Amino acid sequence: MKRKPKDQRTKAKGLRAYVALVYAFLFAPIVVLVLFSFNDSRRNATWQGFTMRWYGELINDGPVLDALANTMKIALVATVLATVMGALAAYALTRYRFRGSGLYNGAIYVPLVIPEIVFGVALLSGFNAAGVSLSLQTLIVAHVAFMISFVIVIVRARMSGFDRTLEEAAMDLGANEFQTFLLVTLPFMAPGIIAGGLLAFVLSFDDFVITFFNSGVGNTTLPLKVYSMVKFGVTPEINAISVFMLAFSSLLLLLSWRIQRQSGKPVVTDEE
Amino acid sequence: MSMDASTATPSPPGEEAVIRKPGLWSRFVDRFRGRSFLVANVLLAPTMLWLTLFLVLPLLVIFVYSFGGRGAYGDVELGFSLSNYTKAFSPLWLPVILRSFAFAGIATVLTLALGYPLAYFIAIYGGEKKNIFLILIMLPFWTSYLIRTYSWIVILRTEGVVNTSLSWLGVISEPLNLLNTPFSVVLGLTYGFLPFMTLPLYASLEKLDKSLLEAAQDLGANRLWTLLRVTLPLSLPGVVAGTLLTFIPAVGDFVTPDLLGGPNTLMIGNVIQQQFLSARDWAYGSALSFSLMAILLVGIFFYVRKMGSEDLM
Amino acid sequence: MGKREDELKVLFIKGMNEPMSRRGFLRRAGTTGLVLAGAGWLAGCGGDEGGSGDTEMSDQLNIYNWSDYIAEDTIPNFEEEFGVSVTYDNYSSNDTLLAKLQSGAAGYDIIVPSDYMVTTMLQLDLLQPINLDNVPNIENLYPRFRETPFDPGNEYSIPWQWGTTGIGYNMERVPDFRPSWEMMWDEQYSGNITMLTEIRDVFAVALFRLGYDINTTDEAQINEAKELLLEQKPLLKHYTSDTYIDELASNDTWLAHGYSGDVFQAVAENESVGYAIPEEGAVIWVDSMCIPKDAPHKYTAEAFMNYVLQPEVGAAISNYVWYASPNQAAEEFIDPEILDDPAIYPPAEVEARLQFIEDLGEATTLYNDAFAELRAT
Repeated sequence: MKRKPKDQRTKAKGLRAYVALVYAFLFAPIVVLVLFSFNDSRRNATWQGFTMRWYGELINDGPVLDALANTMKIALVATVLATVMGALAAYALTRYRFRGSGLYNGAIYVPLVIPEIVFGVALLSGFNAAGVSLSLQTLIVAHVAFMISFVIVIVRARMSGFDRTLEEAAMDLGANEFQTFLLVTLPFMAPGIIAGGLLAFVLSFDDFVITFFNSGVGNTTLPLKVYSMVKFGVTPEINAISVFMLAFSSLLLLLSWRIQRQSGKPVVTDEE
Repeated sequence: MSMDASTATPSPPGEEAVIRKPGLWSRFVDRFRGRSFLVANVLLAPTMLWLTLFLVLPLLVIFVYSFGGRGAYGDVELGFSLSNYTKAFSPLWLPVILRSFAFAGIATVLTLALGYPLAYFIAIYGGEKKNIFLILIMLPFWTSYLIRTYSWIVILRTEGVVNTSLSWLGVISEPLNLLNTPFSVVLGLTYGFLPFMTLPLYASLEKLDKSLLEAAQDLGANRLWTLLRVTLPLSLPGVVAGTLLTFIPAVGDFVTPDLLGGPNTLMIGNVIQQQFLSARDWAYGSALSFSLMAILLVGIFFYVRKMGSEDLM
Repeated sequence: MGKREDELKVLFIKGMNEPMSRRGFLRRAGTTGLVLAGAGWLAGCGGDEGGSGDTEMSDQLNIYNWSDYIAEDTIPNFEEEFGVSVTYDNYSSNDTLLAKLQSGAAGYDIIVPSDYMVTTMLQLDLLQPINLDNVPNIENLYPRFRETPFDPGNEYSIPWQWGTTGIGYNMERVPDFRPSWEMMWDEQYSGNITMLTEIRDVFAVALFRLGYDINTTDEAQINEAKELLLEQKPLLKHYTSDTYIDELASNDTWLAHGYSGDVFQAVAENESVGYAIPEEGAVIWVDSMCIPKDAPHKYTAEAFMNYVLQPEVGAAISNYVWYASPNQAAEEFIDPEILDDPAIYPPAEVEARLQFIEDLGEATTLYNDAFAELRAT
């Protein structure tokens, strides 16, 4: 590794400090959130003392845990679907020009510009008109519908300027189209797909309006539960569940990093 | 996709790269106006089908409502009037729309200012830990939105974290009015949409060839020049994607101004929401929504054109 | 299933010639939807299609209620006593409840809308009549809740809890507080006053202050109220229907327009907070149990309603949520602290000043427009 000249190292320091600040900004409310999960009060407003009871309540709170389970189920399935469909669509849109591609291109932006409540109400009316009863499946369908566009836009940004000669070179070397896609194009797209997938997951996880309108009896998700508690007090139990989510994801993160490191090679465009 | 087991001989350099003996599949495909059309449509089919069924069709129903009127008790009376659209464009809402665009615009600029260096750092200096840094950005958002916003309220309110620390440090004598202001709304928007800006930026920046940057520096360019003339243009698609994915949802956001806003921070999302809920005037709400959507779509068209990212349009 | 298709065809043809309500239109759109969602259609059928639980207890009950509006053992006890499994989902506003039902969401046996929303739902034909033979405990209600303005005779609704909408105030920060709506216009406290976001509630405050009927349809009066509210706007911290509870508790808001039970939550957190019913008058509201039109387990729902009307059960709910119970027989089981609190159970002369908000049909647009101007200006 070439030694960097001094000013480059300084730049990195300045950049690092800035980035640290941005992360601090991102985590500021999280610190408060974690703190208040120990708040001895039914509300999230004022600090009344330290207690662990909300964690205890959380473990026994069936409905809330169910809601979390539903949220995760929906988010995971919907993310996979939306990411796969979106990635393929993005690939098609960047790679091929054909009559009507303009229409498809425009159609992608429509889900982005629709106000959520309109989408939620429209979809529900649509389900009702078609006689489809609401369920977790209808929720997944609804989530995918609004998530795809986000994935497509991100993957397309990634694909923009993709050097086609790489594909051609691969095919020259004997790979067929499918192999080329798998071994050349897909790895290139991967960071875009991961980024799109991460964003899609969060969109689904945190969605309220569309979920509210398209959930059937008993299909409560975490956002629905939390928002319904607003009237009578969002207890620190929700903070506790958030802390739990944070801890769980951090653990996964740590694990995956350990595994990556142990596998020896520095992975550049890597999977989760 | 084609899987012809062809006996390919490497074509001589300079010749059209894709010449091979057509397999059964390819000949079948070529009947349909060329393979690219077919492949593209196959790839796009699931998405387009999904969107048509679960988006376009339901929306058509709502679109039809927008020409109707409000029944006495809030049901929709179908009709053929444009009155809802005239009402939607009334001067009453102009300040609200302008305000929404302003708030969303400022938030977009701020997320760009915060997100670009962040994405750059992860893409260029992230190394092995790239994905860790990425997920670290998303981690705060795997909690409940409402609780995060409540936490901001705890931070910003009169006796909150900021005010208490600042007065303890002696910097201020009276608490700052941070909450229920345009400031808190823009802050909330910026915070909430930071990932929406950062992730596309990262996706675009990550493919930057670092050797290009080093080459530029070897040739004597300073950091600013490299940034403006090399990095920025190459990451433009990411910037366009990020700004779109941030600005558009931010304009229609209603929860942030609801929780963090004041009496004068009403955004167009709140107005639309009100029509569907408390005012129970779905016809008017639809007209407002479609008007907003039309404005945004036209805006997107020109924006993407101007930024030269035809790949995105 | 063939029958339904025939019905649809009839409606389709009928609909060609008459202006149709949205429900009819949706059915028409349904035929188109049928073509596209054949499989979905099949999936939709076969579920709890008819209210065939009309005279029999089923083993399932789906309740849609406000969050945290029930005592902890109400449902478990019901489940045990009757052998029913209850799904209990929550919502937090009348409007979202209505929007969801209007769009066709189904499956709930019991919903708990507020008074004016019952009127709306009746007009939109979303409810079905209750078979009062199955609810003998209805005798336990106070007479005034048997003859409510929005549903005299309890044909469609059985009251659950009731309360008032008054002022939550901070006794220390507002030492000169008096129970009058004028306090909400007091410039001394500018920046620390909040109002609700519900259109009718907000206008009711101004109309009370002006001495008008809060259900007026007189445009001039409504505009006068609007002008008064415009004067108030610069003094407000913001409009909110829920965050004021925390704000009262954390001394951020000192005068909040709020619902009685909500304010009492703040009182529990912060001793300086109090609740008052202004002398000009206040809104009284009652949330009632109703049965949606297509409820799959009607009889079981009625059994639940009857169960809730038992004195001990009703009292347990009030003791937990700190709202007033419409159940007269429950009085002996309610916490004396709650019974004696004039803010929860107001004395007779205060009760006389309480008014229900009524759905005004067409005239609602007047309020909607005035409110839009208020928020936008």
